[in-house]
Amino acid sequence: MKQFGLRLVLLIGLTVSAIALSGSAWAVQPDEVLEDPALEARARDLSKDLRCLVCRNESIDESNAELARDLRILLRERLVVGDSDGEAIDFIVDRYGEYVLLRPSTNGANWLLWSAGPVMLLMALIMAAAYLRGRANAPKIKEPALNDAEQARLKELLDE
Amino acid sequence: MITELGHFALILAFLIAIVQMVVPLIGAQKRWPGWMAVAEPAAQAQFLFTAFAFGALMWAFISSDFSVRLVVLNSHSAKPMLYKISGTWGNHEGSMLLWVFIVALFGAVASVFGGGLPPSLKARVLAVQGSIGVAFFAFILFTSNPFLRVALPPFDGQDLNPLLQDPGLAFHPPFLYLGYVGLSMTFSFAIAALIEGRVDAAWGRWVRPWTLAAWIFLTIGIALGSWWAYYELGWGGFWFWDPVENASFMPWILATALLHSAVVVEKREALKSWTILLAILAFSFSLTGTFIVRSGLLTSVHAFANDPVRGVFILYILAVFTGGALTLFALRAQSMEAKGVFGLVSRESALVINNVLLAVSCFVVFFGTLWPIVAELVFDRKLSVGPPYFNAAFTPFMVVLGLVLPVGAMLPWKRGKLGRTAWNLRYVFLLAVALGVAAWAMQTGKSALGPVGLFLGSWMVFGTAVDLWSRTGRSGVTGRLARLVRLPRADWGKALAHAGMGVTVFAIAGLTAWEREDIRVAYIGQPFEVGAYTLTLEDVGRSRGPNYFSTMANVRISKAGQLVTMMRPEKREYPVTQMPTTEAAIDYRFLRDLYVVIGDEHDDGGWVMRTYIKPLASWIWGGCLLMAFGGLMSLSDRRYRVAVGARKAKMTGVAAE
Repeated sequence: MKQFGLRLVLLIGLTVSAIALSGSAWAVQPDEVLEDPALEARARDLSKDLRCLVCRNESIDESNAELARDLRILLRERLVVGDSDGEAIDFIVDRYGEYVLLRPSTNGANWLLWSAGPVMLLMALIMAAAYLRGRANAPKIKEPALNDAEQARLKELLDE
Repeated sequence: MITELGHFALILAFLIAIVQMVVPLIGAQKRWPGWMAVAEPAAQAQFLFTAFAFGALMWAFISSDFSVRLVVLNSHSAKPMLYKISGTWGNHEGSMLLWVFIVALFGAVASVFGGGLPPSLKARVLAVQGSIGVAFFAFILFTSNPFLRVALPPFDGQDLNPLLQDPGLAFHPPFLYLGYVGLSMTFSFAIAALIEGRVDAAWGRWVRPWTLAAWIFLTIGIALGSWWAYYELGWGGFWFWDPVENASFMPWILATALLHSAVVVEKREALKSWTILLAILAFSFSLTGTFIVRSGLLTSVHAFANDPVRGVFILYILAVFTGGALTLFALRAQSMEAKGVFGLVSRESALVINNVLLAVSCFVVFFGTLWPIVAELVFDRKLSVGPPYFNAAFTPFMVVLGLVLPVGAMLPWKRGKLGRTAWNLRYVFLLAVALGVAAWAMQTGKSALGPVGLFLGSWMVFGTAVDLWSRTGRSGVTGRLARLVRLPRADWGKALAHAGMGVTVFAIAGLTAWEREDIRVAYIGQPFEVGAYTLTLEDVGRSRGPNYFSTMANVRISKAGQLVTMMRPEKREYPVTQMPTTEAAIDYRFLRDLYVVIGDEHDDGGWVMRTYIKPLASWIWGGCLLMAFGGLMSLSDRRYRVAVGARKAKMTGVAAE
């Protein structure tokens, strides 16, 4: 059901954005800006982490789509009502799904995503350390003998 | 007619590529000189036929031949000539033709300049290069043929996406592809070496110029793309961690790692199998990038399902080349034992750390880019991984890399003393810290980003300068200056590239931290202030361009009563594609850009205006140019030119026998 709801939102969104493209609106509009600069700064920061659902990898802060504008206004309404940052984000995630989060959460399987870098770094460092240790302690090996072709060529050169 | 000839030329090139793939490989195995020698003429003929096919397609665009389907879909008779030409590769089919054209170009160049290579290695390199050609010729001919006609030619075309009608983006794809595909040459060398079972210092020296060339093109290509986004998209963002951007960034990171590890192979005959693996991975990431961009998989899983044939075909190519190469690697990697012995504290170790950091950071980008697909397919979660993730997960690696760089670059080969090298850099470190502290004290906000960026950037730039100076010996200042000029170009190349990296790091941090933004409704004749500047909207006019309608404003910029400049932000409406674009007005200056955008008209006669003061913006791309120029210096180093000379001498020697 939730999946279906999301699909529906996406579908409507796509239609809306197709219409919105002809009558354009550009990112944050002056009439959206809140009176209180501190509140507005919070809204700007938060909207950089929220995805415009109908765009290609754009945050609602950057997007020109009508849907992004609606989300920006919704977010500001929540902040004006007195929501904390977390509450406002949760409010939006409840309605639009975690797809809106450009900063993925850490719950569930997402810990894999967040730990991928550090874990990989640790493994790579261990491997590199083992390699370097091996290099430092390796005995000097003598140059390998020439292969047959090279022997033949050497002989040829010496015979000339 | 020319279109059909182009089509035939493409098919012929495909057949030649098959010959080039098979015959020299058998020849090299059996030691038959005649069969091995097929590779060279085949590579050159393949290039000529592909060039003809590409030229034929370009001609169809230039002459607006609307009986060709691709031209109908992507061109328009009223489009300026430059964009008719760039329209050739501004679409899927054309861009794939450009791709395979560059594969053939690199093969032909290798056949001409590869005189010094052992015949069997050369035959194998060209055969592998031919096999890449075969895969992509087949892809084009069977799934994305650019030469298809339409039965009923329309009166005019449907125009190119207006966002792409821009000089920056006209040249962005060719550079990027030269980089992507340049890595195919490195890949071919790696596979050929695995088949030969031999990797030595000479191999390292042969591979390095190709990697360098690919890396230079990638650097310029990525910088162009980022600059385009900066001035075209209308708010001055320059990097979005978009899957398509990541697709070009990952090969760049790996190519950077490869450049550094190939140095160790060339100088010390160590890290051989790792370098081979990097060469394979770098090209695999190029293929992955092509797959990501061309299949539409990451834009939306649904877009992929709508036209799966192409995506699946590239996936097969990817599987065959990467899978085959890795299997071969697994079979043969054991035979490549390292020779060089070095201590834990040495240049070699520093380069290993460089490679660890670069490879893991590339892995992070890769993981983040693919995670949405994995999450949807495996965990049934539809989620996004956006810039906040990448900024948090990727940046630390670059910070550590920047910290290590000046010390690592100065460590001696084989065995060094950390204390001694660090002592050489003591003044630079103090200077960098002082600059960072000064920035902290002077800035108004509390963000640490700017000061840390300044510290890191100056640490890298001045550290590099000290490294260069330390190479000039111990004589007097004049003697050292004279030596500085005579240092090998590779030394200068290294210094410039590292300094470029420092400049870019500082610029990105500075721009992000110290940018100022102003959004308001501006009224004609009413001045307003942004930072130290006073802006006045003087008038707004409408006019017609060649294939668009334009709304352009005149904005007077003054500072302390003095006129600084007049700026003309514009927005355009392209009637054919029904798309609006913003053409921001940018006043480029050394220390900052002023960036003005005009938006919609309000009912009361005001206009939405956005103004940004973007400090250090030009430094981002300046740093990239510096890196690319460093690569160019390194590429022109004497040891490669001498290698060419030695080759010639050897060839005449053989002829005299």
